Amino acid sequence: MSESSDAIREVVIVGSGPAGYTAAIYASRAQLSPLLYEGSVTAGGALMNTTEVENFPGFRKGIMGPELMEEMRNQALRFDTEIVTDDIVSMDLRGEIKSVTDGSGKVTKARSVILAMGSAYKEIGLENEKRLSGRGVSWCATCDGFFFRDQEIAVVGGGDSAMEEANFLTKFASKVTVVHRRDSLRASKIMVDRAKANPKIEFLWNTEVIDVLGSEKMTGLKLRNTVTGDEGTKDFTGLFVAIGHLPRSELVKGQVELDNEGYVKVEGRSTKTNLKGVFACGDLVDHTYRQAITAAGSGCQAALDAERFLQGH
Amino acid sequence: MATEKVTSANFETLVLKNPLPVVVDFWAEWCGPCRAVGPILEEISDEYGTKVKIVKLNTDEEPALAMKYGVSSIPTMSVFQGGEVVKNIIGAKPKPVLLRELEEFIK
Repeated sequence: MSESSDAIREVVIVGSGPAGYTAAIYASRAQLSPLLYEGSVTAGGALMNTTEVENFPGFRKGIMGPELMEEMRNQALRFDTEIVTDDIVSMDLRGEIKSVTDGSGKVTKARSVILAMGSAYKEIGLENEKRLSGRGVSWCATCDGFFFRDQEIAVVGGGDSAMEEANFLTKFASKVTVVHRRDSLRASKIMVDRAKANPKIEFLWNTEVIDVLGSEKMTGLKLRNTVTGDEGTKDFTGLFVAIGHLPRSELVKGQVELDNEGYVKVEGRSTKTNLKGVFACGDLVDHTYRQAITAAGSGCQAALDAERFLQGH
Repeated sequence: MATEKVTSANFETLVLKNPLPVVVDFWAEWCGPCRAVGPILEEISDEYGTKVKIVKLNTDEEPALAMKYGVSSIPTMSVFQGGEVVKNIIGAKPKPVLLRELEEFIK
């Protein structure tokens, strides 16, 4: 099944989203003929599951996340990026010539690799959360909100994505309760104000979810007050988990240096990893900002870093 | 063979009374992960159509059926055998992962 093309590529980009597509736009304009693996089901990255993006510069009226990704993808194609809608399943990044293997077993060799695998949803880590996933527990408001029409549901989390989901879900649900461990939110002020002004949204402060209840379908949550330690249960038919993300770095673990949270470590303000010719960008490296625009910016940096590295050879 | 569309009108003959195991893909137009997994299910249907039947159920058009089978996340791919749900696969997955999940039905 495994086949190998003799041609050695200048650059292979693993992962899409704003980081991967922007890296492809820059690398292709630099005539590096990049090959981009966008992922079989993750193509477009996290923005594919969002609705309106209001803060991406240049789109003053806002743009839908999937549409923004389609535009970036087409821009990369315009300059001769080769895009494959498959996953990379293994990588050997240590030698001067790197090799990556895709889901069909095809091996590609390249002088440089740009890692842009992004991040995955973080789970609370409860056994019943997993068991009732798809039976009330969800990670994608835009996919699943529809099924909670006129129901009372909970959103756990305190960041922008939790606020966005809570607001979006009020289109369907009769009431949305935001459950947050602290007494203040990490989300941006505009998102918080919007959520607080929404009559269908209620906040449960200093509260954590300690169990998800229900046999066939979710029926409620077991909650604990993080200050007093008091425990109690509350009825909900749905739980949307928006407590953050985990970098998708498993594939390069053991080769590329990671920090203790699993993010790829880069050198200073560059996108250089500990391996020569391997660069990383987007949510895979970013604990702090995690925005479409910062991911796009770091994708640009990665392409420029790769271009300079290739020129030095 | 290509996947087939299922509605409440043909659900019984196509799914419940089908001698083959049937994968019902609960999906909707506006669901990104559903659209991502769609072509993968077409491929699996082309390659394993003699062993497993793959049908698509639009949850916008058939909310009652989605509700009846307790679907609250899409895509949900429910495997029916002898009229009963024997397995639920929730969320879009790459082809090798889906094939592994369906292994017992397509070997």
